[in-house]
Amino acid sequence: MLKNILSPDFINAILRASTPILFATLASAIASKSGITNMALEGMLLFSALFGVIFSSLTHSFLGGLLITMVIGGLIGFALAFFILQLKTDEILAAIALNLIATGGTVLLLLAFSGDRGASTSISSVSAPTIAIPGIAQIPFLGKVLSGQNLMTWLSLIAVIVVHIFLYKTPMGLKIRAVGENKNAAESVGISSKKIQYIALVLSGVLCSMGGYFLSGGYMNMFTKDMSAGKGFIALAASSMGADTPIGGFLVTMLFGIAQALGNLMQLTTIPTELIQMVPYLTTLIGLAIYSYAMMKRKNKLGSHT
Amino acid sequence: MSNSVKRFEAFRMFFAIVIALLISFVIIFLVSKEPLTAIYTLITGPFKSRRNFANVIEAMIPLMFTGIGVCIMFSANQINLAGEGAFHLGGLVAAVVALQLGLPAGVSPVVAILFSGLVGAVFTAIPAVLKIKTNSSILVSSLMLNYIALWFATFILMHFICDPGIGSASYTIPDASTLPTLIAKTRIHPGLILALACAVLGYVFLFKSKIGYELRLTGQNEEFAKYSGINIVKVVLISQLLGGFIAGMGGGVELLSPIYTRFSWTSLLGYGWDAIIICTLSKNNPLYTPLAALFLAYLRTGASIMARYTDVTLEIVQITQGIIILLVVAEQFLSKYKHKMIAKEAMASLKEEEVH
Amino acid sequence: MAKETVLEMQHIMKIYSNGVVANEDVSLDLKKGEIHALLGENGAGKSTLMKVLFGIETPDHGKILLNGTETTIKSPQDAISKGIGMVHQHFMLLPSLSVAENIILGVEPRKKRFFIDMKQAIRSAKEIAEKYNFDIDVSARVEEIPVGIKQKVEILKALYRGADILILDEPTAVLTPQETEELFVQLEKLRDDGRTVIFISHKLDEIKRICDRATIMRSGKSMGTYNVNEISTSDMSKLMVGREVVLEFEKQPAKVKDVMLSVRHLDAFNTQGVQKVRDLSFDLHGGEILGIAGVEGNGQSELIDAITGLSKKYTGKIEIKGEDIKQDSIRDIRKKRLAHIPEDRMTTGCAAHLNIQENMFANQYTNPKYSGKVMLKSKVIQMRSDELIKEYLIKCKSQKQEVGMLSGGNIQKVIVAREFSTAPDIIIANQPTRGIDVGASEFIRKKLLEFRDAGCAVILVSADLNEVFSLSDRLAVMYKGNFSGVFTDVKSVTEEQLGQYMLGLKNDSENGGVSHE
Repeated sequence: MLKNILSPDFINAILRASTPILFATLASAIASKSGITNMALEGMLLFSALFGVIFSSLTHSFLGGLLITMVIGGLIGFALAFFILQLKTDEILAAIALNLIATGGTVLLLLAFSGDRGASTSISSVSAPTIAIPGIAQIPFLGKVLSGQNLMTWLSLIAVIVVHIFLYKTPMGLKIRAVGENKNAAESVGISSKKIQYIALVLSGVLCSMGGYFLSGGYMNMFTKDMSAGKGFIALAASSMGADTPIGGFLVTMLFGIAQALGNLMQLTTIPTELIQMVPYLTTLIGLAIYSYAMMKRKNKLGSHT
Repeated sequence: MSNSVKRFEAFRMFFAIVIALLISFVIIFLVSKEPLTAIYTLITGPFKSRRNFANVIEAMIPLMFTGIGVCIMFSANQINLAGEGAFHLGGLVAAVVALQLGLPAGVSPVVAILFSGLVGAVFTAIPAVLKIKTNSSILVSSLMLNYIALWFATFILMHFICDPGIGSASYTIPDASTLPTLIAKTRIHPGLILALACAVLGYVFLFKSKIGYELRLTGQNEEFAKYSGINIVKVVLISQLLGGFIAGMGGGVELLSPIYTRFSWTSLLGYGWDAIIICTLSKNNPLYTPLAALFLAYLRTGASIMARYTDVTLEIVQITQGIIILLVVAEQFLSKYKHKMIAKEAMASLKEEEVH
Repeated sequence: MAKETVLEMQHIMKIYSNGVVANEDVSLDLKKGEIHALLGENGAGKSTLMKVLFGIETPDHGKILLNGTETTIKSPQDAISKGIGMVHQHFMLLPSLSVAENIILGVEPRKKRFFIDMKQAIRSAKEIAEKYNFDIDVSARVEEIPVGIKQKVEILKALYRGADILILDEPTAVLTPQETEELFVQLEKLRDDGRTVIFISHKLDEIKRICDRATIMRSGKSMGTYNVNEISTSDMSKLMVGREVVLEFEKQPAKVKDVMLSVRHLDAFNTQGVQKVRDLSFDLHGGEILGIAGVEGNGQSELIDAITGLSKKYTGKIEIKGEDIKQDSIRDIRKKRLAHIPEDRMTTGCAAHLNIQENMFANQYTNPKYSGKVMLKSKVIQMRSDELIKEYLIKCKSQKQEVGMLSGGNIQKVIVAREFSTAPDIIIANQPTRGIDVGASEFIRKKLLEFRDAGCAVILVSADLNEVFSLSDRLAVMYKGNFSGVFTDVKSVTEEQLGQYMLGLKNDSENGGVSHE
């Protein structure tokens, strides 16, 4: 068992499992930094998983599929922002509505597009490619990890850095953080908080859609209904625990990835598979409790000077 | 609320539902090769036969339970989504009690449902307790708990009560525990009466009892509640426990109904999410949940009939539900008219004041 | 030393939608390179005038001339672009960001178009800080720096955007004496540099210290602009604190009874942990109205919070009818027959979306008259609500009407009806007639007198001096956390005297001679 943990396959498993969640976590982080909780990640993942399959088959290329999916992801983010900011829908309820529409809508769309019921078996979608790096592949251990990873996995890791730079080194990132922290203060220097939150949600949609694309085009190679299975919610938790920062979110997501991969390994043992399936959710719950508790203590310390 | 505002709100909800339905019809047109038949089947299907209409009533029952539970929880302004898991665990508990305790008829279902409620209550209270002790988000912890509940239930199913002949379902629920049919040739069961009773009791609790009053006050303005001397922690906990109890009962009732012969739930049934729609449509008032549940059940049943006879699958209903939520909860939807009305009223009352 | 006029506000008129005339024909002129004080009590209209200047409000009437040209200021952004900067009393800073980030927010220097040139930002921030002698670590996070430095950051923010006119709203309210001195040094530098500062305050000693001219406002009008070195502090206070209308109340002499509330050596702290009440001691008797006057922010809120149980952040003893309330919950304190009309009726005093009936019983539904063990007695409650609506002349469509739909005066009457209907022994009335119409105010004041005549002990905290003068049997002035003066012969107190105590020019507590029985 220990040998299995220390094998490159294990790390591969972690990275693969984490990729969609990582994108969703980053999406959650940007939205939260602007002051909006994006609970619609589930629905966004589902929609982009379906659209990824559809458009990659229509354009016969993964790139075409990916780009169009990202655009649609942005549009969904925009729609969510419209309902929350313009029509003043409660952000949680709007997200629940979107998730519902996604659950039903994806199945319906699939049916309309290809006649498949529940799984895109008849669509020949194009998955994102894995990247083999010939020279490095020869290096023992590291080589097996670095070479052969899916492109999306690499993109997700790059995204962590990009989002970090965006949030902390660009004017727009600064404005997003300002609006999320103190809307009044931001508006007092002339920033339109509405505009900024729109932008944040669109970006959130784009990022999340990349995760969804990988779900059906890399992690698996087709769309099945309800395939997001709570990953959007885990991402929400991960982002929370990572203080809504890209790097924090990355670390927490890796933790979950480890939990999940460990879980998969444990399938080979006698521990019942259902209990193992519980592990990522249980880890999230406990982690969240510990993190929130620590934050609470810190706030109390800062607050009282008596 | 003044009468004209109330009327406006009712009209707005009606309007939202109509728009949602229209949009759904448009989607059916886009998706189906026989849209008119599909829509026709959707709308009239439930009335076509006694059995179809009975299906509507049967589908209504679990919706009422979870809806009432969520009404109570949301009235205290706690966005606790654990009703889903509570329902699921309720079903599991009822199955286990029925299978393991072997109690006589009449006693067995009562005991089972009671335990379902208790487990549901404790389960739903967990996010609230976590919030109180660690300040973690009720939303996220309840979401995680639902999945934990699912896998725990599946674990118990697979390792303790599984029928090896079937593989993914439990042994048959003994007759002694099954709820009887109330109306011949249907599967309508006493759960209906219990649900309706809960609706009435829920209403009485929220609007006529001391604790219900404290609950609503806390949900409306926590500072005001605190200033009035209300113990916020106590109120929040009670609301979650009670809401979870009802949701849990709902799961137990559903499992023991003639609809299921075994515990075979290997995925979350989604009643927790439906409950939110019911809650939104009933404006947090348990007394209106039967109506909202009826409407939703009618849509669902119509859709499943439509799915059987035409090429449109029943997921269309989820889209309808989603759109309804969006429009009903969007405060700005038709808000211009609401403001005009309120302004008119305010001016009128100011004029009255001037006269005095 | 003829200085050019850099700003003129002429005949500004501003009436709010609820009918309150906040600014009535107010004119102000500012010369370049001066520190100009804007004096007045809370509610005198200074904040409104500045909101007009900073583009947050549009005047109903009047002109603004900047450097001789007439302009309209449409928004804060517009004001900033015209060289007007505002340092708010409540800081508009982002705690988790650094000082530099806060300063450059919205006007970030760019590097290659897409990135913030942080180095340049830090450099500019440092430059400006050093130019005006602000000793600030621009890389520190705002949440970690002390309050005095936070304010400097706010000033830097305005300067960074090229403010020639700086509006400082009660700047020294949160500063220690040293920080205040530092601030003054910087303000003088700014003045010497040719900038103009509007210094909103009511601290006369500070105004005397650094201001060149002062405009005094009272009840929405300007009482004139004066050279600071040509007017005495007592004249200033006289102009600030005056009575226009004399409210006559048929008042019986007070029949003072036993001590209902006793406060000894109270030190109370606000939510940030800052001490607001210092070693305060007094008694409150049945049958008397103790009025507490004073400029807002001198500890009144913290005192009331401690007495009513809303805050436990205090040391010292508070006893109601002889029992210490430190361990009591709010419900316990209310059970001791204490009623509380809160300062902010909308956030604390009511639930706007619930109806009148539901709001009226929040403090007494546990009374066996109105509820059994589990259930509320709806019929009784309904009847009683009708009675109260009639008795308190609450204008509404029905008791089922949402409270938020009522006018301010009627909402307050609902609250008063609720609190008074429990036949309290102690009434804490905090700004009971703020922002409501004359009729409702009169009604509420009469009610307070009624209860006082019946033997109730009343604390009346009010910024309305007419009210406080007319109703109080004893009048205390709160200044810096203690009573600077307590008067038992209220009729003989002049506005001038009151002003002096309110502004700290006179302070009996310092001499150890505050009278309390």
